[in-house]
Amino acid sequence: MSAAHATGKEYFGLLAEFSDPDELVARTRQAYEAGYRHMDAYAPFPIHGLSDALGIKGNLVPLIVGMAALFGGVGGFLLQYWTSVFAYPLNIAGRPLNTWPAFMVITFETAVLSAGILGVVGMLALNNLPQPYHPLFRIPQFQAASTDKFFLCIFETDPRFDLEKTRAFLEGLGPDSITEVEQDETTKVYD
Amino acid sequence: MQLTQPQDPPGQSDYVLKPGHSYTSIGTKIAKIALDVRTPFGWVVGFGVGAILLTMYLISVGVLFARGIGVWGNNAPVFWGIPIVTFVWWIGIGHAGTLISAILFLLRQEWRTSINRFAEAMTLFAVACAGMYPILHMGRPWLFYWIMPYPNTFAMWPQFRSALAWDVFAISTYATVSALFWFVGLIPDLAGFRDRAKHPLLKFGYGILAMGWRGSARHWDRHQTLYLLLAAIATPLVVSVHTVVSFDFAISQMPGWHTTVLPPYFVAGAVFSGFAMVVTLMIPIRKLYKLEDMITLHHFDMMGKVLLATGLIVAYGYTTEFFTAYYGGNIYEVDMMNYRLGGAYAPFIWLLFACNIFSIQFLWFKRIRTNLWVMFVISLIINTGMWLERFMIVVISLTHDFLPASWGLFQATAWDMSLMFGSLGLFLVLLLLFVRTLPMISVFEMQELIHTQESHH
Repeated sequence: MSAAHATGKEYFGLLAEFSDPDELVARTRQAYEAGYRHMDAYAPFPIHGLSDALGIKGNLVPLIVGMAALFGGVGGFLLQYWTSVFAYPLNIAGRPLNTWPAFMVITFETAVLSAGILGVVGMLALNNLPQPYHPLFRIPQFQAASTDKFFLCIFETDPRFDLEKTRAFLEGLGPDSITEVEQDETTKVYD
Repeated sequence: MQLTQPQDPPGQSDYVLKPGHSYTSIGTKIAKIALDVRTPFGWVVGFGVGAILLTMYLISVGVLFARGIGVWGNNAPVFWGIPIVTFVWWIGIGHAGTLISAILFLLRQEWRTSINRFAEAMTLFAVACAGMYPILHMGRPWLFYWIMPYPNTFAMWPQFRSALAWDVFAISTYATVSALFWFVGLIPDLAGFRDRAKHPLLKFGYGILAMGWRGSARHWDRHQTLYLLLAAIATPLVVSVHTVVSFDFAISQMPGWHTTVLPPYFVAGAVFSGFAMVVTLMIPIRKLYKLEDMITLHHFDMMGKVLLATGLIVAYGYTTEFFTAYYGGNIYEVDMMNYRLGGAYAPFIWLLFACNIFSIQFLWFKRIRTNLWVMFVISLIINTGMWLERFMIVVISLTHDFLPASWGLFQATAWDMSLMFGSLGLFLVLLLLFVRTLPMISVFEMQELIHTQESHH
């Protein structure tokens, strides 16, 4: 916060640009080892080892997909059970009303449907998407984060963040450029 | 017109991506297909043909709505005619997309990367073409929602023991999950398009679709987990869809339908016809957009092998069908098989065997698999053969059931034909619009491929 008071500006973080994916992983690891935690790396494609370098330990997507599949499967079966046994029973030559083997196809389909829809919704929700505004979008170089450049951003929320010291640290990593990312006056984003 | 690359020395074509591409060059090249203001003449011609066929389709649908199902050849004893044949054919074509995007992804087949996005789009549009048929076939298509379970004033519910009710769920789930899988893969590439586009309106449009994707490593982490899980659930799903479609026939009593070989042989046939369609479409599009460096002869070699393998499974399915009928000795089944081989529709059956069994034998040779002219012709033959197969199953079985008194012949009408060829127009128009506006090759997966190739060397 000291930096913000000194210059009268509020920062989102410091953004370092790299041009090689393996370099990004190595530098991110260095930043993690230097004690930075509130940071993120940006790349146009998924890079093996980057999550590891940032200290990301798994995510909730498998749990959501699993629970959604269970919910969809149980729900689909109960729908068929309830309609066939209670709501609209059809007595066909005294055969059982709960013909569960015949219900398995739809049980499977509703499980898959629920897992698919809730998985996508869950992934987007965890990623806080859709998010049309982000301070990084105001940085001209950052456009290349979706095409062919690789970025590391240390957030201002990190306890070790200090505009001067963090900048010096990032310069020591040998990036192509370093940019100060400012917060918008009205819309604050912290990660 | 030379379809093979003249600069390829023999034996040097076994790469999935021509060496020399960087992260920048690959992205620029793929983005240019959609973002370039100039439209290739070949695209315009294709779109024109598609639009004419689509118009024919819309007219056919209009006539159908105005005059009813009677405009088709459906009549006693064949109440499932050309629309159901074409429905099964389209659904089958869709299967290759999911197979390429999900199953080959789980099997870590690198060559899938440059064709998966296109094949997924093909799936979606094929399922859209297929999905129209049962609705159009309803007679009162505006009441199509009656097939879904919902609380209604009649206090009625669907019959969940019926394969037709299963079909509704299988196909709508397949369409939804395919669309989700496709869209999840598209998000990062849409962000790339947003940042590459020059025109503010395009930037805005792609920006809205990309939903603010910024390539964060945390986002990638969840995105990739979800992608893997969607691939894992799409794999049994794709097998289930054509299995359920085959149940429409297999769980009935009809000779020619009532057989346990139908589900696996429907699935193999689906993959077979779908790969044939991928080959049919890929050859002109690769030429049109000069994608020889990304969609190499190696891809066609691989697809030729898949065609051969699945075609042989289909051939095995035919053999089993005949064998069980003759070995089982049930008079109705034996009679159906005799009728197929020597009855009124025998020329169709022999043409079917020529298309689906004889023509694929050429694919044993690599020279053939990498000769795109021959591959193109074979793929068209297979597409025809697979349509004939569905005709054999659906129509021929219905013309010849248990009672000689209810035997009859089926005659398609011009509206049957116009709706069938018209659906090709719907497919072509959707596909060409996709190619023109969205990344038809997955940029981020190609870049990932370059990255892994570089770290291997």
